[in-house]
Amino acid sequence: MVRAYVALAIAGFRRYATYRQAAAAAIVTNSIFGFLRCAILFAVVDAGSRVVAGYDEPRLATFVWAGQGLIGTVLIWAPTDLADRIRTGDVVMDLLRPVDPVWQQLAGDLGRAAHASFTRFVGPVAVGALFFHLRVPSRPATYVLFGCSVLMATIVSFGCRFLVNAAAYWLLDARGPQVAWTLLSGFLGGLYFPLWFLPDAAARALIVATPFPSIIQLPLDVLVERGTVADQVAMLAVQASWAAAILALCRWVQRRGERKLVVQGG
Amino acid sequence: MGSAGFTAYRHIVAAQVRGQAQYRASFAIDLVGSVMFGVIDLASVLVLFRVVPALGGFALGEVFLMATLAGVAFALADLAVGNVERLRVYVRSGLLDAVLVRPLGVLTQLTAIDVAPRRVGRVVFGVAVLALAASRAGVAVTPLSLALLLVTPIAGAVIFSGIFVATATVAFWWIESGEIANGLTYGGLNFAQYPITIYGAILRRLFAYAIGFAFVAYYPALALLDRADPLGGPAWLGYAPPAAAALVAGGAALVWRIGVRHYRSTGS
Repeated sequence: MVRAYVALAIAGFRRYATYRQAAAAAIVTNSIFGFLRCAILFAVVDAGSRVVAGYDEPRLATFVWAGQGLIGTVLIWAPTDLADRIRTGDVVMDLLRPVDPVWQQLAGDLGRAAHASFTRFVGPVAVGALFFHLRVPSRPATYVLFGCSVLMATIVSFGCRFLVNAAAYWLLDARGPQVAWTLLSGFLGGLYFPLWFLPDAAARALIVATPFPSIIQLPLDVLVERGTVADQVAMLAVQASWAAAILALCRWVQRRGERKLVVQGG
Repeated sequence: MGSAGFTAYRHIVAAQVRGQAQYRASFAIDLVGSVMFGVIDLASVLVLFRVVPALGGFALGEVFLMATLAGVAFALADLAVGNVERLRVYVRSGLLDAVLVRPLGVLTQLTAIDVAPRRVGRVVFGVAVLALAASRAGVAVTPLSLALLLVTPIAGAVIFSGIFVATATVAFWWIESGEIANGLTYGGLNFAQYPITIYGAILRRLFAYAIGFAFVAYYPALALLDRADPLGGPAWLGYAPPAAAALVAGGAALVWRIGVRHYRSTGS
């Protein structure tokens, strides 16, 4: 069984390895936003006392550029394949396979993310390093913690996207959840500004009570070494809890959805 | 475009609007979503001002005015021609062939086929907030400033529309270009929301002057606020958005024409 999922992950990796031009275009796009977001956040540091909400200039630059790399790695904004398959009824093909639909898609997505971490993550970070002074982690452990953090972020992102699309089992047209997800994931996830720019209590509440910061904000805070190793491990723990909770929810929703599914004729 | 062409265009848009209005709940959700995109753009500005008193030498009220000017301009352009970004889908699938053989303008067809009335939400929201932002920023109520408040978003919309069209043509040369156009369209909105004083020399030359995003909000806002340009630009630049818009539109039309001539069917 495990071999099937490994094979699916490898297939996911290979599939995205063929989209070379798309990856190049995405890196260019993410880099343009990297320059813009860096300029805006640097203006904030310039106007403040060189350190704003615990971020100095190199930390902010790293936050922005690694954040631009994470967009395509955790894939916040993905095509709505699953919702379309549910609407058209094609999803029946997935249900006929002798593998669990959630694990099957997660395996494919992890393969995709593995490929993206070599291309869509490294690309913008390299551009950022060329033009800005990025912060190199001072503790070797940070590299390992960041790797784990990105893995958790990918799982949470996958789970959220799965849930948004699975809404189509009930709604058929999952546009509402999709729009809400696009809006909230960037804004409350820490992509447009570090969440610590908000009042501390609000930032904490978002991190603990919503999955969004586990996708962008927390991996970046782990990378720029916000706090001690213990703090980094605590952030990872929050992410792991969200990953577990969301995957459990995905499986439950999938089971309920299968019972609800009406394959439209045509 | 002759009057027959215009009638056809009107029918396509009306059919689209009627069709989308059939799904009331979906349309209502889309409308709310459209408004929320505008809300989030402005909320991001407010969040930054929570941690600092000024950005690039401008206070919250002043930057908020720039952000709303840019927001309305973008929302109008998105409503008018935003769907041209689907050009790459048409090129890849070969559907553009069908569009080309019809005796109507290619660009008008493309924007009409996919017209998205939900985007009205963002326009209405933007206009409402713009009135509020102008009064909060202390814009003097004179015929000149009112005229400028009216003309600026329209000129800005023409600039954004030109960028939408020009960047969409990338698909004629590079089919797998993905979301690369977003860098200049949504990126342009991002850029124009803030005073150009915060950007470095290269970014400013490229986005503010070469493309013309400085005329979407920054210069007209200076004129509205009766402030001198910290970068030393002359005061009349505040009244230059229509001229800048004409230049961008001309450039975009040229790029579009070259692109359409260059089009080769994918044959699929």
